[in-house]
Amino acid sequence: MNTPILTISNLSKRYQDLTALTNLSLTFNKGEVIALLGANGAGKSTLINTLLGLIKAQSGDISIAGYPPGHIFSRQQIGCMMQSTQLPTTLTVYEHIQLFSSYYPNPHPVNETLKLAQLTDLSSRKLDQLSGGQKQRVYFALAICGNPQLIFLDEPSVGLDISAREVLWQCIEKLRQQGKTILLTTHYLEEAEALANRLIYLTLGKVVFDGSLNDFKSQYNAKSIRFKSQITIQQIENLPELESVEQRGQHYIVTSKRCETTLQSLFELDPLLSDLTVVQRSLEDIVKNLQRPSNSLDALNIREKSEYLAAQSKVKEIQEAQS
Amino acid sequence: MKVNTMTIYWLETRSEFLKTIRVPAFAIPSLIFPLIFYVFFGLLFNQGGNQYPAYLMATYGVFGVIGPALFSFGVGVAIEKDQGWLALKQASPMPISAYFLARTLTAMAFALFIILSLFILAAVWGGVKLTLAQWTGTLLTLLLGSLPFAALGLWLGLKLKGQAAPAIVNLIYLPMAFLSGLWLPINLLPEIIQHIAWIFPAFHLAQLTLAIQQQSLGFDWYLHVGILLLMTAVFLTLATRAFKAHY
Repeated sequence: MNTPILTISNLSKRYQDLTALTNLSLTFNKGEVIALLGANGAGKSTLINTLLGLIKAQSGDISIAGYPPGHIFSRQQIGCMMQSTQLPTTLTVYEHIQLFSSYYPNPHPVNETLKLAQLTDLSSRKLDQLSGGQKQRVYFALAICGNPQLIFLDEPSVGLDISAREVLWQCIEKLRQQGKTILLTTHYLEEAEALANRLIYLTLGKVVFDGSLNDFKSQYNAKSIRFKSQITIQQIENLPELESVEQRGQHYIVTSKRCETTLQSLFELDPLLSDLTVVQRSLEDIVKNLQRPSNSLDALNIREKSEYLAAQSKVKEIQEAQS
Repeated sequence: MKVNTMTIYWLETRSEFLKTIRVPAFAIPSLIFPLIFYVFFGLLFNQGGNQYPAYLMATYGVFGVIGPALFSFGVGVAIEKDQGWLALKQASPMPISAYFLARTLTAMAFALFIILSLFILAAVWGGVKLTLAQWTGTLLTLLLGSLPFAALGLWLGLKLKGQAAPAIVNLIYLPMAFLSGLWLPINLLPEIIQHIAWIFPAFHLAQLTLAIQQQSLGFDWYLHVGILLLMTAVFLTLATRAFKAHY
C-alpha cells in the first residue's frame, strides 16, 4: 500500500520574469526512490528549495508528514544534501556529524553514521584535510545522520570514484528497504537507472512524465534504428511514426514511436539498406533527445502545450503592461 | 523522543568556538590588538596622569568587545551565507536560535578574555584601583554591551558578500572606534566630534562604562541605555528583513 509522506498540490512559483513551476501536483510515498530529471532551468532546484522551505511559492500547498515546508516538524523529517555547499573546514568529520545529529529527535548513533558513510577512519580529520570525494561522503552523512524519513540528494555522486559510488548506491538501496523516501537529482542517468523506481521528468516547470523507468522508456520510444542507406534525409523524414532523424557518418539513426511500422516503410523506400541494427535506447539517450530545445515543447501534450504558450504570452502581456 | 534543545545549544556553541579559535589568523588579531593598543597608549605613553589608565581600560574594553561581535556576525555570517552553509543549516531542523546564541556566546567568550587581560594589565602595570563593585560592573556592562554590535554585525553579514565583508566591517569598526573616543578620551577631540559621536553605539557604551568610575561626560545613564536598546532593535529589524529577502 502507498503511504504518502509528502504531497504537493497545485504548486506554482514565478520569479519576476520567469515561470519556474506551473501548477505542480505530486505525491511521494514511503519507500520510493524518485529520480527528478530535467534540463537545467527546468525547475528542479526551485522545487527542492521550495520543499526545504528555503523558497516560498506563490500558490499551492505542500504537506510534509502533515506540516508545511520550513516548519520545525517538517524539517525534522528531512535530511538533505545540496550542491555547492562548503562546510566550515576547521571542524572534524566527527564534530560535524555529532552537531547535525543533535538536531533530530531520533538520530543514528554517530559511529553508525560514520560506518554507513564509510568515514570511520576519517572521523578525526578536519574538513580541509579531505579530498573532494571524501567531502561528498560527509555531505551524505549529514543528510542521513538524523534518521529522517525523507532524503533529498542533489547530485550525490559528483566527485566519487567508481567504488565509492557503488557504496553510495548500496547505502541508498538500504535506506529504501528501511522505508525511507529518497528524492534524487542527478546528471548521471546511469545512476537514476540503477537506483530509482520512479522517474519524474520536468520540462519548463511542468511534470511531463511521472512513472516507472520502463514506462518512461516505452513512452519515449525506447528503440532506435541505425542503418546505412543511399536515400536522402528528406525522404526519411517522411516515414510514418518517426520521431527524429540524425546522420552520423554513413549511418542514419532514426527513432520511432512504433519501429515495426517505420521499418516496414523503410524497407519499401530502400530495399538495399544495409548494416541495420535496432537498439533499446538508454535513458541517457532519451533524455538527451528530450533536452534539445525543439523537443522540450514536444514533450508536452497538445493541451499542455497550448496552456503553456497561453501562459507565456500572458506573462509577456503583463510585462509589457508594466513597462 | 524529543530533541534536547540544551544539547543543541551546547554543541552549536562548542562548534562555533572551535571553528573560531582554529583559525588563528582570525582569532589572534581580534584578541591581541586591543591589548597592544592599551599597553601603548594607556601604559607606556601615559601623559594624562592617574586617571588615564583606568579611563583607557574602559574604552579599550569597549573596543575589545566590539571586534569579536562585529566580526563573528558580520564576516562569519557573510562567508557562511556565500558558501551555502547557512542554507543547509536553515533547511536542517536546527532551531535558528541556536545559530545566534552560539555566535553570541563565542563572541562573548572572546570578549571575556580581552576584558580580563585588560583588567590584569591595568591593575598590575597601570596602578588602577577600583572597588569590587566597579570591576564587576565594568565586566558586565562590557559583556552585555556587545549585543548591539552582534545585531549590527548580523545585519551586515546578511547584507554583504563574503569577500567584501572584512573590508567593510573594518571600515565601520575603526573610524567608529576613533570617533567614539575609544582610542583617545573624547574630551580631547574637537567639540564637533563630541556631537557627532552620539550617532555611534560605541560612544554610548563607552560613556556607560566610564560612568562606573565617574569619568563619563556626565549624561544620564538611562539616556545611553535607551539609545543602545533602540539601536539594537533597529539593527535586529533590518537583519530580519535582510533574512527574509532570501526567500
